[in-house]
Amino acid sequence: MAEASLAGHLEAHEPETTTGLNHRKVLMWIFLGSECLFFGSLISTYLIYRNRSLVGPFPQDTFDIPYTSVSSFVLLMSSLTMVLALAAAHRRNLAQMRLWLLTTALLGTVFIGGQVYEFTSFVNHGLSLSKNLFGTTFFVLTGFHGAHVTVGVIIMLSLVFNSWRGGIKEGETLGIEIAGLYWHFVDVVWIVIFTVVYLLPY
Amino acid sequence: MATAEHTTATSHPKHRRFGGIWSWVFTVDHKRIGILYLVTAIFFFLVGGLEALLVRSQLAFPGGTVVGPDTFNELFTMHATTMVFLSLMPMSVSFFNIVVPLQIGARDVAFPRLNAFSYWVYLFGALLLNSSYLFGGAPNAGWFGYANLTELPFNNATHGIDFWVLGLQVLGVSSMAGAFNFLVTIVNCRAPGMTFMRMPLFTWMTLVTSFLLVFAFPVLTVGLIELMFDRFFGTNFFNPAAGADPILWQHLFWLFGHPEVYILILPAMGIVSDVLPTFSRKPLFGYPVVAYSGVAIGFMAWGVWVHHMFTAGLGPVADAVFSLTTMLIAVPTGIKIFNWIGTIWGGTLNMKTPLYFALGFIAMFTIGGLSGVMLASPPADWLEADTYFVVAHLHYVLFGGTIYGLFAGIYYWFPKVTGRMLDETFGLIHFWLMTIGFNLTFAPMHVLGMDGMPRRIYTYPTGMGWDLWNLVATIGAFTIGASILVFVYNAMSSVRFGKRAGADPWDGRTLEWMIPSPPPDYNFVQIPYVHGREPLWLEKHPETGLGHGHPVPVPIAGGAPELGEYANGGPTADDLGIHLPDPSYYPFIAALGLALTFAGLLIGKAPPPSWMSVVGLLCLFYGVYGWIFEPVTGY
Repeated sequence: MAEASLAGHLEAHEPETTTGLNHRKVLMWIFLGSECLFFGSLISTYLIYRNRSLVGPFPQDTFDIPYTSVSSFVLLMSSLTMVLALAAAHRRNLAQMRLWLLTTALLGTVFIGGQVYEFTSFVNHGLSLSKNLFGTTFFVLTGFHGAHVTVGVIIMLSLVFNSWRGGIKEGETLGIEIAGLYWHFVDVVWIVIFTVVYLLPY
Repeated sequence: MATAEHTTATSHPKHRRFGGIWSWVFTVDHKRIGILYLVTAIFFFLVGGLEALLVRSQLAFPGGTVVGPDTFNELFTMHATTMVFLSLMPMSVSFFNIVVPLQIGARDVAFPRLNAFSYWVYLFGALLLNSSYLFGGAPNAGWFGYANLTELPFNNATHGIDFWVLGLQVLGVSSMAGAFNFLVTIVNCRAPGMTFMRMPLFTWMTLVTSFLLVFAFPVLTVGLIELMFDRFFGTNFFNPAAGADPILWQHLFWLFGHPEVYILILPAMGIVSDVLPTFSRKPLFGYPVVAYSGVAIGFMAWGVWVHHMFTAGLGPVADAVFSLTTMLIAVPTGIKIFNWIGTIWGGTLNMKTPLYFALGFIAMFTIGGLSGVMLASPPADWLEADTYFVVAHLHYVLFGGTIYGLFAGIYYWFPKVTGRMLDETFGLIHFWLMTIGFNLTFAPMHVLGMDGMPRRIYTYPTGMGWDLWNLVATIGAFTIGASILVFVYNAMSSVRFGKRAGADPWDGRTLEWMIPSPPPDYNFVQIPYVHGREPLWLEKHPETGLGHGHPVPVPIAGGAPELGEYANGGPTADDLGIHLPDPSYYPFIAALGLALTFAGLLIGKAPPPSWMSVVGLLCLFYGVYGWIFEPVTGY
């Protein structure tokens, strides 16, 4: 009886939940559900206004598909490094975990840097937020996606910093896993955006 | 168990404590947060009511001169925005907060600090929106803000629309944070044995409403972002000169807007579904059907939005399809009404105020539903749209429906929250005065609409045949106002001097009536095991063989003081070895930071962000990081 109570006390930090899933994990999944509607609305706006700009620059003259393919690959690889980080956390190798988390953050930053360069060149070719429907819908959609990637990079760096301070105990993988869910979601959204905005023929 | 208790008690970490008003500002207790929501929502109900009385004063006589046309536009815009976002929704959330954890046998919601954050963001968003009155003028383009009337070329005399766009985004964060919290709570924090089909109906409707909130608000947010970008950064989302289509706004808004009205009505339906069984002394008729109908309404809510756009010129195919789906959604709604009637039928009715409001709900909401079916037919709608017929419909469902349901909830759960009964005589005066006033106000509007009176006009000429019913409606509106005064008096005096209520003044059937009134901060001494639907009823009736032998309070109809272990304060959480979350100031700081970030956009468009936005962002980061890394005492 006493052991059961003691076990109950040790589990006080991880309360029993009805489904057996951790509260924060369920929260992240629900949050990602709402983000589906958020990006869905922005992507729908883009699709509704596709091919309806009255003046140029037009997408077919502006996009550099090979360039964006490379940066998409970079983001995709960052999901791989995220998985490796989680695996390292499961193996209780915090140093490796930090390494892969930093790599994920670095790849994410490279992606953002690539977008900054790409958008600057678009602007230099005359495309702006207010120029036409393409500029409006493209920059707002990809801009919000980029903001989400940036938040993700901040999360990765926070996890690394917290781990250095000893804030992540060995075997505690929940935080990494939840950050991973967010990161993979942002990556999947980019796959959709890349396909719908860049790859579909105009 | 006793051994572990003593071990825990002596090795217990120090608690964070705040005194006085700070204990309210930094609270993370769902019951206190619920009270904060309720008081604030009732305050804004009065604000919205005042705006309505000004509208009705202006329209009492033809050629009215109470307010001018611009002020009139602001008044009807703010009346609706205030009522929907600042009063009705938060009042529902106040009940989610106070009641749902008790009904599912939990000690608090899944994320107590996120709960506090939701409240403070709501308050700051409400203040941001209303501050528009002080800074040049309130929003004036209706609560639905159609583009491109809301675009800069057509709406730049004041910054009202900017306040609207920013204020609603802030409020959206609050609603979504709350919805996330209640979803995880209901999915993950139920007492052992409480399957979904054993949950009280109010908790069921909270679940469905939370799903609607989570999926509908992002669509509104995107619409608001697009409008904000048009006004602040010169984008072309709703600019026809660039080839854009303002109809996009309508689609985005109503894709949100229709689920929104179900967000408004489902909690009230949940309250009615809990009140009727208690006061009919019978179980809810057709419980599974009522639950599934709520879920069906939640799904079907997404397929009807174009019925708000029948007159937008989308063509006969679109109109026909959405007419069909709209009529279909009346089916699960009607099913609920028949089940409620089935609940009352053959029951031994305890005619108290909560039951009066629940019965009033059924009658008034049904009338609203009938006018709704009339609006579901596009040929009819083409004559009725943008007339007072729609105003009549929406008020019968939102006032006769939601508000009556919420008042039923207030009278029902007031004893649980405060430990005192609301005065029954004043309750009935409130009910009858409100019912007479409400019907005097809105029934004539069906006629006014049929006689061609358009909406949103600040005055009308005499000789249209509208004079009499407008005057009657205004008299009705002031009668409603009087009934609200009766309620406010009742509430304020009963909190101090009301008859004491025991744990179970209504002979209740669900878990919240098992614990003292007001509840201790830990809610349950021991989390109950749930054996079936209406678990308290099963405990009270051991002959069913399904009770667990939990001690139950004696139902006290007259509200006599409860004796026993809680007479002298009762055990504290520490005495019982129960870990409760400590209060925290980070949710408050984060909420303040969020509001300042948005408000800062009003004093200087980014880039670069204004000083207010920078301060806001720093505050937000400090609040969020502090929250994440807060030392875990008491959690």
